[in-house]
Amino acid sequence: MKTNNVILRAVVRIVVFIILTLAVYLFLAGHHNPGGGFVGGLVLAAALVLLLVSYDIETVRNAVPFDFKKVAALGAFIAVGTAFGSFIFGEPFLSQTFAYFHLPFFGQTALSTVTIFESGVALAVVGVVVTIILSIVEDV
Amino acid sequence: MNTITIAIILPFLVALIIPFLKKKIFHIHIGWFVVTVPTALFILLVRFVPEVAAGETFAYSIDWIPSYQINFLTYLDGLSLIFALLITGIGALVTLYSIFYLSKYENLKSFYTYLLLFMGSMLGVVFSDNLMGLYVFWELTSISSFLLIAFWFHRKLSREGAQKSLLITVSGGFAMLVGFIMVYVMADTMSIREIITILPEMSDHPLFAPAMVLILLGAFTKSAQFPFHIWLPTAMEAPTPVSAYLHSATMVKAGIYLVARFTPVFGGEASWFWIVTAIGLTTLFWGAFNAIRQTDLKALLAFSTVSQLGMIMSMIGMSSAALHHGHDMDTVLFTQIAFAGIFHLINHSTFKGALFMVVGIIDHQLGTRDIRRLGGLASLMPLTFTVALIGSASMAGLPPFNGFLSKEMFFTAVLNVSELNFTADHIMTMIPVVAWIASVLTFVYCLIFVSRTFLGRYKEERLERPGKEAKAGMLFSPVILGLLVILIFFFPNVLGSYVITPAMSSIFPMLDVELGVTIQQWHGFNTELMMTLALIILGIILFMTLRWWRAIYKLFPEHLSFNHLYGASLENTSKVSKSITNAYMTGHLRDYMVYIYFFFLIVIGGTLLLSGSYRFEISGNGEVGAFDLTIAIAMMAAAISILVAKSRLTAIVLNSFLGYGVAIFFVIFRAPDIALTQIVVETVTTVLFLAAYFFLPEWEKEDSRKRSKSVNLFLSISVGVIFTVTALAVQNNKLFESISTFFEDSYELAGGRNIVNTILGDFRAFDTMLEVVVLLIGGIGVYTFIKFKARKKRNEPLEDK
Repeated sequence: MKTNNVILRAVVRIVVFIILTLAVYLFLAGHHNPGGGFVGGLVLAAALVLLLVSYDIETVRNAVPFDFKKVAALGAFIAVGTAFGSFIFGEPFLSQTFAYFHLPFFGQTALSTVTIFESGVALAVVGVVVTIILSIVEDV
Repeated sequence: MNTITIAIILPFLVALIIPFLKKKIFHIHIGWFVVTVPTALFILLVRFVPEVAAGETFAYSIDWIPSYQINFLTYLDGLSLIFALLITGIGALVTLYSIFYLSKYENLKSFYTYLLLFMGSMLGVVFSDNLMGLYVFWELTSISSFLLIAFWFHRKLSREGAQKSLLITVSGGFAMLVGFIMVYVMADTMSIREIITILPEMSDHPLFAPAMVLILLGAFTKSAQFPFHIWLPTAMEAPTPVSAYLHSATMVKAGIYLVARFTPVFGGEASWFWIVTAIGLTTLFWGAFNAIRQTDLKALLAFSTVSQLGMIMSMIGMSSAALHHGHDMDTVLFTQIAFAGIFHLINHSTFKGALFMVVGIIDHQLGTRDIRRLGGLASLMPLTFTVALIGSASMAGLPPFNGFLSKEMFFTAVLNVSELNFTADHIMTMIPVVAWIASVLTFVYCLIFVSRTFLGRYKEERLERPGKEAKAGMLFSPVILGLLVILIFFFPNVLGSYVITPAMSSIFPMLDVELGVTIQQWHGFNTELMMTLALIILGIILFMTLRWWRAIYKLFPEHLSFNHLYGASLENTSKVSKSITNAYMTGHLRDYMVYIYFFFLIVIGGTLLLSGSYRFEISGNGEVGAFDLTIAIAMMAAAISILVAKSRLTAIVLNSFLGYGVAIFFVIFRAPDIALTQIVVETVTTVLFLAAYFFLPEWEKEDSRKRSKSVNLFLSISVGVIFTVTALAVQNNKLFESISTFFEDSYELAGGRNIVNTILGDFRAFDTMLEVVVLLIGGIGVYTFIKFKARKKRNEPLEDK
């Protein structure tokens, strides 16, 4: 059955970027406002899923040529790695720290090691969600 | 970070990098990069020798979970230094050897990653002072050993050998963990050094004996003691460098390390003396006895390793007699047994490592290691022959090789112990008799090893490749080890006073007697020397008459062996569990729901009824507004319409309506984080649902039996009731103060205003980290389930190639 979904595809083309921006915003906002690594990763995954729904797998594969299993593994590795990283500074396992920096354009900003940890979480979520959906959809 | 911690971490770090290396950088075998790691560590650790010999110890602590006393405690003393030097020293030689043994067409990256993983975990075992750290590294060595045995995983025997070693060593390790927890309960500390000072006085504690037995189980399975020795011969399917390294020089000695480490804790018990000594001697005899019947050179060496490990184990066991007596001459005599044990442990690593490498060379050059096809190689491979001769003579206990020294000391030990009056005289005299018979058998299999391989007729027609001396690089490591065998014979006291004596104070920290021995090559015409002479004569006679008494092995048929017992129990366990599983796994989703909800009903409903916590009142709750009510009613309507939906699509959409409804409630109750998560999760799962829906057949109402229909009705209603009751009861039973005030300071404590996220990323980041790992495992699980099914359809499963 060939379905005509020109409108969906046209809308998705723009909307995906809005969703991706939202994902990045949620990821970064998580420290003080609703959001965070988990939700950010999920929204990112949702954007990819939307692409999958409106286009076919091949197109998405070409557009986003990542092996999502490796993305998930990388995410878990970063999350566990930051935990071990605190040893280098002589702190207990999984210690997090933060400091205030004055950045041009952003002004006074709190930079935290939690962000690295959260990016691991986000990558793991994206990787796992897309891997699961892809492997189910591909299994024809 | 101090040197010891770096020594543990460095192999792991390099193991992380190796998979990303190219197979050949500038056409250099990656083994050359790997070999620098153990070499550097060896040099690093040798620098500690003078300080440790002067009685110093080094401890370093990194906090891990301070509130549970789980710290990364490293501790370097005489005992751990010996093992660390063996791990890095033999490790460097073995890695060098493997460069020539494994061709560039093998999967080198995996090999060296596993090897470094092992090296790091083994160093972790000997340097850990914390029980939990020790346990984790202990299991990591089992896992890396499993991966290395299964290195040629296309071979069925490799896979089976790997499985067997994993099952036996990990179950032993698990017993050990339980023992460790018991020790922790008794001593209330995780640090081994503190345990040594606390625990010996608590021998009346009911957990004392069980803890001892469980820890010994871990040690015996790891060190391949009777009857757990069966995994070691099958582990010989691993590439020969692995056998030389893990399965003779280092990993199998972890059990001996553990027994030596815990001797000050449990050694005062008579049962410790008996269990360790008896098991050790049985293993010594049984291993030597079985080595003679082997036709595969590696299997012969494997049984000889089992036997030698038993010998070392029995020596450590016998030395615990020193803790039974007061301070007198005897005490010194018995501590010397441990000295002899450690000395033999080092000697064994040198000569057995050399012998394994020799077998590797033969296998590599000729394509076989079956002694029925070998013979007459002495003139073709002169250097290999020389090393084999040195190694075997040392193993048989002949001068001028280091094995002679430690074997004489072993004889002295058993003779001294036999004069103790622990129990009836005839049992005590059994100890030297068993030791002597086993040594005769050792002599016989050493003769078999040398004569069947290198002497006799050369049978080129039965070889895959003609005999030819190996490349210089391959001979380097065995020649070094062979030279060490001779050097140690002539200068044993350098080793004795600098390396072994410091270890003695780790095994006997409480004794203030003079520890350490001066090793003598010549000690006059005494009983020990007579025993050696007699065993040489009897050994030669037995070797000459081998073909007449070989029939004795027919008395031990395969179907009565422990190997068979293992195989049968493995098969039966899988058969029984399969039949049990098949009985309840009907393949109907509905049945599984019934199990789950029945369980829920009994456990949660039962608890509610028994504890009487179902009382509730709603007077303190806030007003229920019209808006809330509308959403609730709409959700109820959606839920009920699922029951009468005509198509799956409708049902899925209605189901997601429920999910979004919950999200709206989260918004109303001002939980934006959770609402956000709920909305996205709902969206993604709906897509997932729709994707799976594609594969489902048409939806049709089934006419189920009336009984199952009424069961379902009963279940649905009662589960709904219990959920509601629980939700209401939770509100009315405040058992303790809320801890949420702590998190309100999140901005000061963690620098974030979003409490939810500071909890996830900082306060309870440990949970999040493990959840991420679990998520990854789940994802890989789904992926492999689906892909594995697909491959099965395409072609037959992986078989023996």
